[in-house]
Amino acid sequence: MSLTSEDVEHVATLARLGLSAEEKERLRDQLTSILGHIGVLNRLDTEDISPTAQVNALMNVMRADDVGPSLSRDEALANAPSARAGFFEVRAVLGGVSEGEPA
Amino acid sequence: MSDRSECTTLTAAEASRRLARREFSARELTDAHLARIEEVEPAVHAYLHVMADVARTQADTADKRIAAGDTTPLTGIPIALKDILCTVDAPTTAASRILEGYRSPYDATVVRRLREQGAVFLGKTNTDEFAMGSSTENSAFGPTRNPWDTSRVPGGSSGGSAASVAAEEAMLALGSDTGGSIRQPAGFCGVVGMKPTYGRVSRYGLIAFASSLDQIGPFARSVEDAAILLGAIAGHDSFDSTSLTAAVPDYLAGFREDLRGVRVGVAREYIVEGMEPGVDGAVKGAISHLESLGAELVEISLPHTEYALATYYVTAPAEASANLARFDGVKYGLRLEEPTLLATYERTRGEGFGSEVKRRIMLGTYALSSGYYDAYYVKAQKVRTLIKKDFEEAFEKVHVIAAPTSPTVAFPLGARTDDPYQMYLADVFTIPANMAGIPGIAVPCGFSDGLPVSLQLLGKSLDESTILAVAHAYERATGWNRHRPTTVAGLNV
Repeated sequence: MSLTSEDVEHVATLARLGLSAEEKERLRDQLTSILGHIGVLNRLDTEDISPTAQVNALMNVMRADDVGPSLSRDEALANAPSARAGFFEVRAVLGGVSEGEPA
Repeated sequence: MSDRSECTTLTAAEASRRLARREFSARELTDAHLARIEEVEPAVHAYLHVMADVARTQADTADKRIAAGDTTPLTGIPIALKDILCTVDAPTTAASRILEGYRSPYDATVVRRLREQGAVFLGKTNTDEFAMGSSTENSAFGPTRNPWDTSRVPGGSSGGSAASVAAEEAMLALGSDTGGSIRQPAGFCGVVGMKPTYGRVSRYGLIAFASSLDQIGPFARSVEDAAILLGAIAGHDSFDSTSLTAAVPDYLAGFREDLRGVRVGVAREYIVEGMEPGVDGAVKGAISHLESLGAELVEISLPHTEYALATYYVTAPAEASANLARFDGVKYGLRLEEPTLLATYERTRGEGFGSEVKRRIMLGTYALSSGYYDAYYVKAQKVRTLIKKDFEEAFEKVHVIAAPTSPTVAFPLGARTDDPYQMYLADVFTIPANMAGIPGIAVPCGFSDGLPVSLQLLGKSLDESTILAVAHAYERATGWNRHRPTTVAGLNV
């Protein structure tokens, strides 16, 4: 199957990837080619096969709900591109909330 | 004795004995490696960050431990770490612009364990960006070159770790293997590399690529050294819910000289078109050698091998697209500001990630997207069941499976960068083990036109001991691991 430019546009938006026009064109062709190779899987009848998402038999590994040492707030924020008053700082997501106003 | 041309050539096991006998100090051993790094890095570029000050401090501490008799097999041993493992005292970048300058607030569990055992960290090694690649050419900070021929790639993604051990810029190294990223570069660089069983080694602090496949493992110049390093990092960790609780055996205990009673499976599916004759010949010779050591060769079939590559190129990008969603320019790493949050995400990720990473995020997002999820992701997970079953059936008949590590020797830089699928084919023999979660080791088995060829031994889940023992017997009988790249320009010792 072959990808359209609209497909590439749609997937790039889902993935939050800003791509140049040239990148989109190249990816359309490359992904079409790679998906062609992947199409080999359709030769196999897997109707009655259950999927394996993970190979070791562990399931729902739980731990006791105990408080233990963890990163301090300052450590957690140390790599943030922008932090203020103990929070990660980002652009407003909702319209109408102005700078500095509690959301 | 602190003559670097001698002490950097040693195995870690031998260096440890000489440290104990005070033939040289840990500080001298570390300084010799730092000098070696300075000498050959311009030609090889195995490291992204050399941790000279940290290493010297650790070496001095190791010398105190040695004086006090408080040692482990790794006390004072200089080790390189793939720059995808978090370290508090050096940057961790995953060779990506998006993490340039990032300082982890915590150590990976494997790093913490090595620290506790008194190891010395020489630096962080180059890799394909986020471990996505087979040549280390996808690093945002320039490629690593193969110490055997600097016009060729070292393999990847852990190419810096493999090259550092091959070029004697480190005695041991850690890498990560999602589809062959330890074994394939080990093969291309003529060193030993091992991917342990999925869950054998904690991934806490390993920057995640494909979480159902990633595993950390050792690089070394002998199987014994690889076994020592594996023993030092293996075991359960409550910080990684996929890590296994099985006891860690003494991996050296089963070492032996002959292979009587060992059944070695040879799968017809691992003889493929496009194999280089020199590789084919060396690997067949190695398999015959196993037989001459007493092993019984058994022909087996792994009928779904041809589907493993396609299964991988759905599964790994799908998981990567989810894992890399965390790089949003908010919590850490690069942020390229735009008027809206959405545009900030898109510009940060569009400019912060390199082309292979973007390709895989796109492929994975597509495979998981509404309308395609069943056709790609679920289909691949079903085929994965068949691949796993192939191995389970084979291991009812044999103890280990012998195969080539790669279909070719190291290829020239730039040779495969224009065609992603050609690059993906470099991992055709290593990917099945990741899909099944089983352990695999790559050991040097000869040369083709002066470039290393590698034998891969695959084992049952959690049976690292057997493949290590077989690899050790083979290595001991042949000595291929003792060949070093001494004639390459810039590397002449």
